[in-house]
Amino acid sequence: MDSTAINNFNSDLAVSLSAFWSYFPIVFLAGVILISIAIEMYSKSSKKILPWFTVTALLACAYYSLLTVTDTGVYFSGMFATGGLTNIFNFIFTFGGAIVVLLSVDYIKKSGIYYGEFYILLQSAVLGMMMIAGAKDMIMIFIGLEQMSITFYVMAGLNRKRASSNEAALKYFLLGAFATGFIVYGIGLMYGTAGTLNIDFVFSNIFAAEKNLPGIIGILLFLVGFSFKIGAVPFHMWVPDVYQGAPTSSTALMATGGKVAAFTALILAFRPVLGTETLAVITPVLAVFALLSMFYGSIVAIAQTDIKRMLAYSSIANAGYMLIGLAAGNDYGIEGVVYYLAAYSFMNLGAFGIVALIESADEKNLLISDYNGLGTKYPVLAALLSLFMFALSGIPPFAGFFGKYYIFIAAIESNLTWLAIAGVIASVISVYFYLRIVVLMYFGKGESQVTPEITNASLIGIVISALLVIVMGVFPGSVINLISNF
Amino acid sequence: MIQLDYFLLLSAFMFIVGTIGVLTRRNAIVVFMSIELMLNSANLTFVAYSSFFGDVVGQLFVFFVMAVAAAEVAVGLAIIIAIFRNKLTVNIDEINILKW
Amino acid sequence: MELAEILFLAFASIAVVTAIFTVISRSPVISALFLVINFGALSGLYLLLSAQFLSVVQVIVYAGAIMVLFLFVLMLLRPEKEDKYFVVNRKMKIFAVIVGLFLFGQLAFAIFASDIGQTVSIESSRSEQIGKIAYIGENLYTTYLFPFEAIAFVLLVATIGAIVISKKKLD
Repeated sequence: MDSTAINNFNSDLAVSLSAFWSYFPIVFLAGVILISIAIEMYSKSSKKILPWFTVTALLACAYYSLLTVTDTGVYFSGMFATGGLTNIFNFIFTFGGAIVVLLSVDYIKKSGIYYGEFYILLQSAVLGMMMIAGAKDMIMIFIGLEQMSITFYVMAGLNRKRASSNEAALKYFLLGAFATGFIVYGIGLMYGTAGTLNIDFVFSNIFAAEKNLPGIIGILLFLVGFSFKIGAVPFHMWVPDVYQGAPTSSTALMATGGKVAAFTALILAFRPVLGTETLAVITPVLAVFALLSMFYGSIVAIAQTDIKRMLAYSSIANAGYMLIGLAAGNDYGIEGVVYYLAAYSFMNLGAFGIVALIESADEKNLLISDYNGLGTKYPVLAALLSLFMFALSGIPPFAGFFGKYYIFIAAIESNLTWLAIAGVIASVISVYFYLRIVVLMYFGKGESQVTPEITNASLIGIVISALLVIVMGVFPGSVINLISNF
Repeated sequence: MIQLDYFLLLSAFMFIVGTIGVLTRRNAIVVFMSIELMLNSANLTFVAYSSFFGDVVGQLFVFFVMAVAAAEVAVGLAIIIAIFRNKLTVNIDEINILKW
Repeated sequence: MELAEILFLAFASIAVVTAIFTVISRSPVISALFLVINFGALSGLYLLLSAQFLSVVQVIVYAGAIMVLFLFVLMLLRPEKEDKYFVVNRKMKIFAVIVGLFLFGQLAFAIFASDIGQTVSIESSRSEQIGKIAYIGENLYTTYLFPFEAIAFVLLVATIGAIVISKKKLD
């Protein structure tokens, strides 16, 4: 590297360093991880300190992200961006992470994973998600994805003495690493055709190139890899097993933050080529994945008896709805997906929070039939769970309805009416298995057998998710306006 | 002189062999080795293109992939050891409490 | 034939053969040993592509660290029962091979249809320069500073994770 290049870099670094407050959250969280390790090492009461330290830090990050949402910029030689969608995603990740901490404070105590490392791992996963959200280069997407995935493999297997948890970790790990192989090879072929790894130019360079077949195959392999990560059919086989086998609080983070982060990567990669004719090469693939996921998830969920497996299939179906928004390939679609991602996160956080509360110490009380008669014994819990189930099934005025609405409108805008109709049919099917739980809770025969210990932290987390679901459903316009500004 | 195509072809072949290994082998450790084979084939693609373009980005990506692969191996083998402690097998057909 | 071509043919054939044997060997230990040879051949190919730094790192990290870890775990666990599962699921195997060959055909077609058809210029001063450790180091600490810092956290979390999962007693 000659001296001019180094001078250029030095001036760029000076700009990047002077803009420290723009990318403050990610540096802050990285520091929090190091401090947490020190607390865990040296403090005897680390298990009591760490959750509240984590919640405070994550909430501070969330607040700061929203505060600086208009502060857009690209730093570190075009590696990392701030502001706009990045900050909105950061808000979802950090706020969702804080709720997961609230839900797991008491859960990890009763389920035998009472380790302070749980919180360090959770912070690391959120850090990985934030790396993806700010990525401006395929290298950053790859590193963020791996940071998040490696953490999730560990979190799935955190319950080391329980064979089902081990097994979930192994399955998640093998299939996740397999998907990583696809993603890396795909990026390799894309690099060969595009000649760059910068997100803004990769896709457009590939489509502009004359003989771009390797690049197109690279994009398809990239998509296949990410379909594994978001759990879309036909690459969904790990989802039910991992969601069921992993500790419920880990599942809550995987099902929300993990899925949102994988979608973030797809959105960031596709955004520069939105609305161009060239995207039409990929649209059919996305549409087929969306169609299969929606129907497979909705239909198989009906047959489930375990509530975590049912929520897993529901998340497969939801991946399908969100893929519709990407397939639509216009700005409305992206706005709809971002809105739906936020709504989906908070709906599922609440649902998994209640599942974690009801679950007993020896991993019992996870069957759907255990929710029989909950309505009379624990009216508050039953009401909250009904709210989340109504929201998930897309009944207005909750957030789930508007998410689906925006996505279907976007699909119709770009002449994918058949896909929107299929989506409506799939959500009608899904109403059956969501409302089955509500009916069971209020009209099921017999007494409720569960005796959950309702703790304040979990209840606060669940209520906050419920409030967000309601607020996002009542004021969808202002949320969409915030998203569409960027 | 060697054509770029030959390097790419070699890497495509190794990638496919790795994929077949993942799909057919039942031993978790061998499946994992097949995944390493896939990652290495991707690395070869990167280095070949990098030399072809005279662009360092590809080689840097390989550097990062190697670091990530090392991290993945550490976690993966730890998981395999944990599962072996509980069930004394690494055969993924025998590991079936959850439906596969 | 030039020396470079002969070397390419030698390394490439070693890589192909060892890759196949890694996947079809009955004993996982033998698979691992074939994989080590495969990584060695790849390191030679990197040298041919004038990526000296990566060639050395390939040997140190993959052959030296990763494969030793694999062999260590294999020796520790001794999963000998693999043999009896090797014959089962013949249909799956045939299916996988067919799908694999199809994909390979597609990739080969894509590579040749794109008709790059140009040689990798090993002697070009540019490719020679970028493979050197000084150039890679300069780039890592300037343009790629942010990913370089980020990868540190991947390694950190892997360390924590490996300990959390495999340590015998944890309280």
